[in-house]
Amino acid sequence: MPDWFAAESHRALLAAITLLGLLILTVSIGLTVAADRMNRNPADAVEAVNRLLPQTQCGQCGYPGCRPYAEAILHDAAPINRCPPGGNATLRALADLLDRPVTAVDESLGTPTGAGKAFIDEAACIGCARCLQVCPVDAILGAHQYMHTVIADECTGCELCVAACPVDCISLRH
Amino acid sequence: MSELALIIVAAVLVNNFVLVKFLGLCPLLGASTRFETALGMSLATTFVLTLASGISYLIDTYLLVPWQLEYLQLISFIVVIAGAVQLTELFVRSASPILHEVLGVYLPLITTNCAVLGVALLNTRQSENLLEALTFGIGAGLGFCLVMILFAGIRERLEAADVPAPFRGPAIALVTAGMMSLAFIGFAGLVRG
Repeated sequence: MPDWFAAESHRALLAAITLLGLLILTVSIGLTVAADRMNRNPADAVEAVNRLLPQTQCGQCGYPGCRPYAEAILHDAAPINRCPPGGNATLRALADLLDRPVTAVDESLGTPTGAGKAFIDEAACIGCARCLQVCPVDAILGAHQYMHTVIADECTGCELCVAACPVDCISLRH
Repeated sequence: MSELALIIVAAVLVNNFVLVKFLGLCPLLGASTRFETALGMSLATTFVLTLASGISYLIDTYLLVPWQLEYLQLISFIVVIAGAVQLTELFVRSASPILHEVLGVYLPLITTNCAVLGVALLNTRQSENLLEALTFGIGAGLGFCLVMILFAGIRERLEAADVPAPFRGPAIALVTAGMMSLAFIGFAGLVRG
């Protein structure tokens, strides 16, 4: 060992290894401490996206609800144009927040809001109450065996009730 | 004091890292579509530039040169820069998760931003002491900020402008960057050296 250490080149090698080792060690310890201090909370980003979604939990985007869709936008690079109830307003807000380009709302998932609100043809309504159960925002007023009607201010135009009606008396109108 | 002011003016305007020396062009085009994004990017880069230039100067002067290990400059500077970037990323992620999301890959890419390594290497040649090295780092960062903010402002306006179809997108961005570079050449001769 003393013989090996005596050689000039070997001492330089040892110095180089020690220096780089110490440097990397210092940086790693510093970063570990920093990572520990700053409690990372990726949920905040999801929350910010989730706030922009209409909270109809209609599932038209193909995800179980608004929050899962927000997570998919952030983590799985899901497109931001999959929310028909939010319509163009939500699309624009999302594009602005995430700095992504504005495209058209994917119409294969449903008619974007702004296209209209649910309207019940009261003469044809049989009072089955099936549309009440599917409405994610409780915008349909009525009871079993009674005629139903839509609270226009609450309706998001998500179209879920259209498919649920057995007599096709619901349509979307302006 | 005037010496330090001179270093800043030289780094921000005359030898602007982005438009005159062509260093650090990837975030200039990649993270400048929106003003807020550009601002976040330039602040993060300025922080990394300042931290990395100071620490790498200290390492070079007090460890590498006395031990005759100058050939380790590159690798030790890269370790310092990567550490500084990781620290910045941790901070951005906890302070503004949305900004972290929007910056995406450009935030870790500061590690290989040639402006950052460029400042560290230039410091070993031209800076006399730690204060000068730090000032040079801050100056380079401010120059980067200035260009990013101006460029993002112009690009936001270009969004609304009637650009001929073949020029849209990256093409008009590069043309704009070229014209800005032309404008910055006007500062040449403001400070000698």
